[in-house]
Amino acid sequence: MIATTEHTNGFIAGFDRLEQADGRSDHWFTPVRRDAITQFADLGFPSTRDEEWRYTNVAPIAKTEFSSARDGAAGVSPADITDKLFNDDGCSRIAFVNGRYCEALSSVRELPPGVKVGALGEAMDTDGDLVAQYLARYAAFDAEAFIALNTAFVEDGAFIHIPRNTDVTDPIHLVYVTTDGEQPAATHPRTLIVADVSSRVTVIESYLGVGEGTYLTNAVTEVVARDNAVVDHYKIGRESPNAYHIGTFHAQLSRDANVSSHALSLGGSLVRNNINTVLDGEGAECTLSGLCVLKDTQHVDNHLRVDHAKPHCDSREFFKGVLDDKSHSVFTGRIVVREDAQKTDGKQTNQNLLLSDEAMADSKPQLEIFADDVKCTHGATIGQVDDEAVFYLRSRGMCEASARDLLVFAFAREGIERIRVEPLRKWLEDWILARLPQGRSLGDVEWPSLT
Amino acid sequence: MLEVRNLHASVEGNEILKGINLTVNAGEVHSIMGPNGSGKSTLAQVLAGRDTFNVTAGEVIYKGKDMLDLSPDERACEGVFLAFQYPVEIPGVNISHFLKAALNAQRKYRGENELDALDFLDLVKAKANLVELDAQLLKRAINEGFSGGEKKRNEIFQMAMLEPSLAILDETDSGLDIDALKIVAGGVNALRGPDRAMIVVTHYQRLLEYIVPDHVHVLVDGRIVKSGGKELALELEDKGYAWTDQTGKKHPVSA
Repeated sequence: MIATTEHTNGFIAGFDRLEQADGRSDHWFTPVRRDAITQFADLGFPSTRDEEWRYTNVAPIAKTEFSSARDGAAGVSPADITDKLFNDDGCSRIAFVNGRYCEALSSVRELPPGVKVGALGEAMDTDGDLVAQYLARYAAFDAEAFIALNTAFVEDGAFIHIPRNTDVTDPIHLVYVTTDGEQPAATHPRTLIVADVSSRVTVIESYLGVGEGTYLTNAVTEVVARDNAVVDHYKIGRESPNAYHIGTFHAQLSRDANVSSHALSLGGSLVRNNINTVLDGEGAECTLSGLCVLKDTQHVDNHLRVDHAKPHCDSREFFKGVLDDKSHSVFTGRIVVREDAQKTDGKQTNQNLLLSDEAMADSKPQLEIFADDVKCTHGATIGQVDDEAVFYLRSRGMCEASARDLLVFAFAREGIERIRVEPLRKWLEDWILARLPQGRSLGDVEWPSLT
Repeated sequence: MLEVRNLHASVEGNEILKGINLTVNAGEVHSIMGPNGSGKSTLAQVLAGRDTFNVTAGEVIYKGKDMLDLSPDERACEGVFLAFQYPVEIPGVNISHFLKAALNAQRKYRGENELDALDFLDLVKAKANLVELDAQLLKRAINEGFSGGEKKRNEIFQMAMLEPSLAILDETDSGLDIDALKIVAGGVNALRGPDRAMIVVTHYQRLLEYIVPDHVHVLVDGRIVKSGGKELALELEDKGYAWTDQTGKKHPVSA
């Protein structure tokens, strides 16, 4: 990685100021922070000469002077955020404004005994021993500058711990809100989800901006799924039109664990989703799906890496993009199969629909296989709306605009059909329909469920 | 109902239809037969409004209107229906939903009220029975994973739902076994009526045992070279297309 030191100085100076102001050098996490900021200084921001960042230029982030998070919770009303969210009445909600826990916007439903759902900042103090077992132990801050930066600046976020044999039926909704300030702000939300043996939980992370301004969300989520645990994870990106979002999702799966991740990218100007899973126990399974629906000059880069470390694991990647105007999507789906990970079954699929001549999609499915008894497939398509299908629909009486919109919707809908949280899926359908010129008329009909 | 006069059409500079003349009256069933590559499917698609073909000359008058001026969806709304030779698979679009949208688009065009969900469902059940189409198929994406027979039955089902004035069946029989053929033909015959005309494009005479046409036209190299009654199909079966080919060259016949 090529360091661009002049741009890292702002963050390093910010870190020093934070340490002095904080005055808690004896905190258990302080050595980790210091290690992380050193790593960040060494790594520097990645450049497009770096293969992992070839299609995504973070120079606009590196060149911006960000202030650290402000307190802005008072300026955010529940209506500001409910307009931009799905109906989460059936969920426990933990909300954060400008990186800090906001009680007024949070409401936790009744949870099974022993389940911990709350603010990470507080848990780092009150539940230090438990948090220390997991925090920053999986997302590699020695290899990735943005993870290092997040780790150095961890202030708040969510901590979810599900004890053994516990099934949390109501989804947990984490809402990360950023407001506009005089200077672009950077927040480093951190989410830690630990699902103990044979437990089950559904977590939804929503990232949204309530203004139009420039800011940086540099989020890291670590998921630890122990033996036989089931974690269903959703990330909804609704950052403001000028926002930068760099997010890392790292899931560590033990034996027979099952993790699904859904990355929905609907907003932001520059978005990078690093999605890393390590299948670290036999019989583990991950399903990684994603959909981006982009316009203007939006740029979304989904960067996946599935590490098949043990035998008999399955991985699935399904990513779709609908690209209009001059938008750009990037998909890298790397599956690494270790030498003893026999009987691996991996599949990656990336499909892109271009709605304009200037939209662009880069798709790089990758397989690195060191075992000899595995089944791995990959496929990528980049295309436009099928004229033959349009003619078929028109020959039955649908006008051209409706026929096109119906086909676009059908394409996008396949990208959300794996979503198991019903109100979320419904909301996404409506959001996509609202985006299409004739969507309103299509929405008048009841959509039967796909089989 | 339909008057095709000196119709010429080409694709990428190659002329495929070289002057088609055809008159179809309400209540009639016309069969268009011909060897592969003669332009049968092109004629069917041009009539439905496929824009990959350029109409270079001629005119098509349908119910007194210049049909070539109408878009494919306007033609559909005016009562033209094409049963596709190769029905398109459309992932993610559910058949019932799409048909409801199509049917209501047509009703709206004609100034009729949109069908409500219950009436629509009743209609679906009745018409699906007509072609013995499994109701489960209607919950699936259009033609996705359908067998050849299911695709063709789905076309006839859609025709029954939309009740067109002019139905064009493009090789609906190709690839069907005899049982599927009987079902499809049964569906088509049930729709025959004094206000409706049909153009049945086929390569094989076999279909015409089940859908008995009033007129048979033989299309060779972009022209109708022979027209006659249903017995013409049998003659073709006997002598093969080579016979019409020679006939066509020696004695051009305009229908």
